[in-house]
Amino acid sequence: MDIYSFLIQLLNGVQYGLLLFLVASGLTLIFGIMGIINLAHGSFYMVGAYMAFTLSSLTGNLFVAIVVGVVLSVLLGIVLEWALISHLYKRDHLEQVLLTYGLILVFEELRSLIVGNDVHGVAVPAILGGSIPLTATLSYPVYRLFMSAVCLALAGLLYLLIHRTRVGMMIRAGASNREMVSALGLNITLVYRLVFALGVALAAFAGMIAAPVSSVYPGMGTQVLIICFVVVVIGGIGSIWGALFASLLIGLADTFGKVLVPEAAGVTVYLLMAAILLWRPEGLFRRAG
Amino acid sequence: MLNRKSIAVGATLMLLALFPLAGSGFYIELVAKVMILAIFALSLDLLVGYTGLVSFGHAAYYGIGAYTLGLMAPKYEAANFWLTLPAAMLAAGIAAFAVGVFVVRVKGVYFIMVTLAFAQMFYFLFHDTKFGRGSDGISMNFKPIASIGGFTPFDLSNATHVYYCVLVLLVAVFLFLSMVLRSPFGRALQGIKSNEHRMRSLGFPIYRYKLASFTLAGALAGLAGYLSALQFGFVNPELLSWHQSGNVLLMLILGGVGSLYGAVVGAFAFVALTEIFQALTRHWQLLLGGAIILLVIFLPGGLASVANRFRRTLIGDADDA
Repeated sequence: MDIYSFLIQLLNGVQYGLLLFLVASGLTLIFGIMGIINLAHGSFYMVGAYMAFTLSSLTGNLFVAIVVGVVLSVLLGIVLEWALISHLYKRDHLEQVLLTYGLILVFEELRSLIVGNDVHGVAVPAILGGSIPLTATLSYPVYRLFMSAVCLALAGLLYLLIHRTRVGMMIRAGASNREMVSALGLNITLVYRLVFALGVALAAFAGMIAAPVSSVYPGMGTQVLIICFVVVVIGGIGSIWGALFASLLIGLADTFGKVLVPEAAGVTVYLLMAAILLWRPEGLFRRAG
Repeated sequence: MLNRKSIAVGATLMLLALFPLAGSGFYIELVAKVMILAIFALSLDLLVGYTGLVSFGHAAYYGIGAYTLGLMAPKYEAANFWLTLPAAMLAAGIAAFAVGVFVVRVKGVYFIMVTLAFAQMFYFLFHDTKFGRGSDGISMNFKPIASIGGFTPFDLSNATHVYYCVLVLLVAVFLFLSMVLRSPFGRALQGIKSNEHRMRSLGFPIYRYKLASFTLAGALAGLAGYLSALQFGFVNPELLSWHQSGNVLLMLILGGVGSLYGAVVGAFAFVALTEIFQALTRHWQLLLGGAIILLVIFLPGGLASVANRFRRTLIGDADDA
């Protein structure tokens, strides 16, 4: 592998990792703060990708589609939290798993009813359609660089939101003690609803910007969900830093695994997870307490 | 003294034993399929209901049991039942042990995620490599033969014989598990479920107990998978899919977790539910998903809780007398 193909794979790995981070961060926040294990989180990624497909063919512009899609997914998150997830706070994990499993079936079947089961492509916006030439034969698409940049910016914003704002303070307080926070007069119901909506929006956004690269197909949600579980297990649940580190690790391991040992491509990330489970069963960045 | 429960169990057994005399071929196969799922649900109940380990990857061992028959079956002759059945349980047990070494180290929600991830690894192994002939799976040309030294006690190409074979194995697994649960080992598992810290301070090696439970549950799931491959003569990676793992958890919830009867009732309820939904619409998963959501929100204890509530209102104060 020469230096340029190495660079290309490196960029691909980082881009995939950052994309995973958007989905995994929502998953880990929803668990860390609300104590909910959400199997349907991958479905939000799928919903995002299909929204990008439908809305961009309606409006003719991916950016407009993304803006509308984010608004819709925030609304979806608020409605779902209000109607279903709020019943689960006092329930055990088994019931949370089952309800969110039911949600996956509903989302997949609605997708099949509304859009069908075909694989669709989404066009890369014209402004970002170019490639940066590296050598005479190799080049790197601008859109992938744009994806990485956007994901990095969002990761930064997420950090600022949680550690530097008043809302973030409420979120962190809610994570450590729900009863105490509501006794102090903070509206914890609202905080939870916002966290859930934020998680849904992040996953859907990831699906939307990934759509031009990965195309849009049935089952894309669960694939991402299971990889994100691996990310959360490696990173340590509830930890944003852990999610970022583990996402990049998995992104790189998966990308280089496919290039270096194509026969074992499907299992590389699981073997990595197994190794980390032996070494640190609680994940690399487990929060104290 | 005969109590109500043993009468109900006896009647159910009688019904199941006499069913092939009355039922048509389609229903004989359907009920046999349900009983296979009941064995699968029973194996998971050992983990979820009695050890407190919620596994979302139990289909992996079911699939490995099924694939063992698929891979061992020779192309031009029949496989030997007495050889392939233990082999399937052994293979699934070994796989469960290997995964268990990693997963029983973690708890709660981690356990759910890790079991799902490992199950998906096995799914990819069968789906993406030539080892299990990829996504097409393996069709078996012949049903296994149950002959010992020339004598063949039953014929596995006959649906009624398969039915009784499955029924006997279901009863055997049920009795075996109730024996295990009454043994000191089973008591320790239930102790771990209700208070792991206390059991640890009492000196129980928690890790080994959990690993043993995980392995045993895997081997029994392998038995169910083997029977399913035997019944349909066909295996494919969907046997290991996470839908299968979700569905078997749903069976447990339907019947009520932590009761061996519940696992069996849950398997029947699950198949009845899916058959009804499939008859109604092509998009039956929508109805199934909706039903699961309503079930969790309104009936946290499963169908068993409805039966209990119904019995309490029916009998009223008789319990106090």
